[in-house]
Amino acid sequence: MAQPSIVVVGAGPAGVRAAQTLVAAGIRPVVIDEGRRAGGQIYRRQPEGFTRSHEALYGTEAKRARDIHETFDALIPQIDYRPETLVWHISGGHVWTVGADGAHRSVPYDVLILCTGATDRVMPVKGWNHAGTYSLGAAQIALKAQACAIGSKVVFLGSGPLLYLVAQQYVKAGANVAAVLNTAPASARIAALPRLAAQPGALWNGVMLTMALKRAGVAMHHGVTPIEIEGDAQNGVSAVAVRLANGREMRFDCDAVGMGHHLRPETQLADLARCEFAFDPAVRQWLPVRDADGRASVQGVYLGGDGARILGARSAEASGTLAALTALGDFGLPIVAGERQKLRRAIAGYDRFAKGLAQAFPWPVAQAAALPGDAIVCRCESISAGDLRAVVNETGAREANRAKALSRVGMGRCQGRYCGLAAAEVIAAEAGVPIETVGRLRGAAPVKPVAFCTANEPEAPAA
Amino acid sequence: MSGRFVRLGETGRAAVSFHVDARPVSALEGDTLMVAMLTSGDRLRQSEFGDGARSGFCLMAACQDCWVWTEEGTKLRACSTPAAEGLRIVTTEPGATWLNHP
Repeated sequence: MAQPSIVVVGAGPAGVRAAQTLVAAGIRPVVIDEGRRAGGQIYRRQPEGFTRSHEALYGTEAKRARDIHETFDALIPQIDYRPETLVWHISGGHVWTVGADGAHRSVPYDVLILCTGATDRVMPVKGWNHAGTYSLGAAQIALKAQACAIGSKVVFLGSGPLLYLVAQQYVKAGANVAAVLNTAPASARIAALPRLAAQPGALWNGVMLTMALKRAGVAMHHGVTPIEIEGDAQNGVSAVAVRLANGREMRFDCDAVGMGHHLRPETQLADLARCEFAFDPAVRQWLPVRDADGRASVQGVYLGGDGARILGARSAEASGTLAALTALGDFGLPIVAGERQKLRRAIAGYDRFAKGLAQAFPWPVAQAAALPGDAIVCRCESISAGDLRAVVNETGAREANRAKALSRVGMGRCQGRYCGLAAAEVIAAEAGVPIETVGRLRGAAPVKPVAFCTANEPEAPAA
Repeated sequence: MSGRFVRLGETGRAAVSFHVDARPVSALEGDTLMVAMLTSGDRLRQSEFGDGARSGFCLMAACQDCWVWTEEGTKLRACSTPAAEGLRIVTTEPGATWLNHP
């Protein structure tokens, strides 16, 4: 039987393990990644010439990070690796890419394994458009990839495991952390303990993080309601004002804010590949359907890692491997019996832990409904909550894409990555409809801006 | 102008110099344009909708908030473009005019 041409999109933990599995089966996959170096965001590598150790960069995950990096480096001669390359469209059995050289190429595939990863999920706060406001992931990348803090006095605001992790990494690296402000009540974490116990190691790491922050004397509060990121249009952030759980209002002076509420999958490519989506009430998001073995609803398309559902980096290694094994099996190639069952079991454990995280660090739905009218929802196009609500009320728009067309929320530079989920909550609250009926912003090509003048270089199908 | 970002290590790298809005800027080899610009200044550009200075948001090439331009007009994403010797960067899109923002 002829070997299938397999394209893996993404070189984070899921993509690396998928590629490794394919190479072990004698396949030479095309691996396309936007990053300059493999590792994804979680195991993102610093540039050549930097000297910090894996232990300094990745802490408790150093061993896993090193293994992902070394595994991928060893794979490079055996794969068709295309770094710094964006997949901007999928159609007609091809992925459409633009590389660092600016040239367009279309790559045909029999099997497509999407390991597209995640970005921060962000709930807007009045003033989040001020310069000096970054996502939590951004704050971590500044440190990990560039050895910088995002400011000289930083407030971390929001919820999710990254909140404490980034704060602790900042403290350890010598940055000045003014406060860690969690929107989740302390009771939510206690209620989530039985599920979090599915990953005792990760739970323990989380406990150690908060203890380290306490020892360092960092101000930490639970159950806070953000009021405003204060500042001015030219000088940027100057303070964060919140209401504490006890009702008292407090301001924390700062020149930078790292904010976010855990992560959301990058699903645009699955959408363009025509994969079916389903609503997941636990995270209040529409996500691509993935069966227990990693198959999407479209034949030949497989989903690995956090690009389908946020289950974390460890799960991504398992689900990337599983997706590749399933693809091989579906193509009639031999795979080791029992291997997939083991992976499915591991993923079920990560799934239970992820449900615990969603419970411990809930998406603050009420914050969307309570956003002041002059608070910006869409940073790209500078559209306020009031503008969006006016569209809902004046035009009757109840659906995400209709509201986007009429308000421009989600139409700008980020294509709704950072405002889409919050905008859906604003629409649902204003219209008084369930969030699932608002739907999701459709993925549109190009998924990220590409230049008009890029040259097309059609690729001959592999012989 | 003091910087927005604070270097916490890795300062033993070779120096790189380039220009931002015709002013010389000194950075380190391996810096992204964003880090190079924000360790010596506090912004990357102005919002085209008039709501103030912008200095990036996601640092992972997803939000596109950090666009800057070469003097020739090539758009660069500052968070994913390395700072290179001799670059000439501008923080306003060359030649861009908007009917509603004269």
